[in-house]
Amino acid sequence: MQEILQYLFSGITNGAIYAVIAIGFSMLYNSTELINFAHGEFVMLGALCMVTFFGALHLPLVVALVASIVCIAATGLVFERLAIRPVRHPEPIVLIIITVGASIFLRGIGMIIWGKDAHTIPSFSAHPPLDIAGAKLLSQSIWIIIILLATIIGLQLFYKKTLTGKAMEANAISKRAAWIVGIPSKMMIMLAFGLSTAIGGLAGVIIAPVTMSSYDMGTMLGLKGFCAAMLGGLGSLWGALLGGFLLGILEALGVGFVSSGLKDATAFLLLLFILYVKPGGIISAASAKRF
Amino acid sequence: MAVKGVSLSVKQGQIITLIGANGSGKSTLLESVCGLLPDWKGEITFQGTPLKGLDPPAVVRQGISLVPEGRLVFAPISVLDNLKLGAYTMYRKRRHAEVSQTLEKILDLFPILRQRAKQPAGTLSGGEQQMLAIGRALMSHPKLLLLDEPSMGLAPLIVEKIFHTLEMLRNDGITILLVEQNAQAALQIADFGYVFETGNVVLQGPATELLADQEVKRAYLGKDYGEFYDDNR
Repeated sequence: MQEILQYLFSGITNGAIYAVIAIGFSMLYNSTELINFAHGEFVMLGALCMVTFFGALHLPLVVALVASIVCIAATGLVFERLAIRPVRHPEPIVLIIITVGASIFLRGIGMIIWGKDAHTIPSFSAHPPLDIAGAKLLSQSIWIIIILLATIIGLQLFYKKTLTGKAMEANAISKRAAWIVGIPSKMMIMLAFGLSTAIGGLAGVIIAPVTMSSYDMGTMLGLKGFCAAMLGGLGSLWGALLGGFLLGILEALGVGFVSSGLKDATAFLLLLFILYVKPGGIISAASAKRF
Repeated sequence: MAVKGVSLSVKQGQIITLIGANGSGKSTLLESVCGLLPDWKGEITFQGTPLKGLDPPAVVRQGISLVPEGRLVFAPISVLDNLKLGAYTMYRKRRHAEVSQTLEKILDLFPILRQRAKQPAGTLSGGEQQMLAIGRALMSHPKLLLLDEPSMGLAPLIVEKIFHTLEMLRNDGITILLVEQNAQAALQIADFGYVFETGNVVLQGPATELLADQEVKRAYLGKDYGEFYDDNR
């Protein structure tokens, strides 16, 4: 019992992280129908920015968090402006290959700035782990879940309550219709990039204390987040959430009860399974409400 | 090239209609006016301002609104939010008070939209969606309203209602450029008409004259040769 609970806790923690990454994928896909394979690198940059701001410079937590996210969002905007927008024939395959290239580029940048060593930073708060029925729940896990919830609530409010959010949704539904009512679609796309990469950065920020952060951590995290997004249904917020937790928990149980070698395989087995059985994901985009 | 060597003018406070069959270039012309088509040669001016090189949002800011073919409402978004998105440029100019006034006016103009305000736009009937599309276009306070085939796929009674609304809007001072295949209905409310054929204007004149014109009758008003010759006798 205690064992299962412990696996579940670690599964939920990882699941929450995958969910945050998946939300970034889904959001951008929703607005631009583009899958950003460099998304994982923004997670990596977020974690490493946190290493610098929180770990090395000892800035206050909130300042370090905001600074990291702002840096990542700015990087995302520059990425959109320099690598995506100038493409003359923006066909999906061209754009996807550009994001793959960007991913390699960003990894290189990460290596040049932070070196090849792995870094670690202290937890956001120094509370001892909670003891629930003999299983331990790290304080950082609670932070991660709180931040995930805050992200979801924030996004919901943004899309439902603000004009810019609605305009972004409108632009995602029909670019042409949005354009003729006067919504500047280029700006909406840029904003989607900014937001999506900011959320990616946020994912990096919250995992920095529970993982070893290094320049090459992004690829696997990006792929896991992508799996989670596909699993739940690409383009759906709740799908991202569901996919994230499902992946995290199954992964943890697989590691616990079968073999630790199965950890990374779980994601891809699940992805294959869902592609065979229900290619649109559990909450498939057609039936799911967009953000 | 869908349109070539065409020259037309739209006078303030009038309903001008472009009629013609499918593929005669009417919609292409509208798309060039509102910035959806980037590459065209020639000159389009609106109240003395050239429209060349402006993208659709810039054209909207100039005071031109398009009700597109196929209505293109934002299906998953509520009726009310669809209307509010129509006022995007107004909100960005911080004219919130005016927006709420316009919104009330439009909901009075189309009471059915008030009833359905909270529903997703996709659940509306075709006629209601057309009203929503017109309402959305009006939210940006246009001086010139462009309509692309507003009668398409609608029952005659609904078409009549919508065209009656257009007359009311004209009387309120909005200039209207109406692209239609339904020549009969369009010419009945229009002040002036142009007949398009394969990218050219083949006929133009006051709407009443076009309605009486034999050639228009034969080709666009649904009268066959039999009736046509009967009329002549």
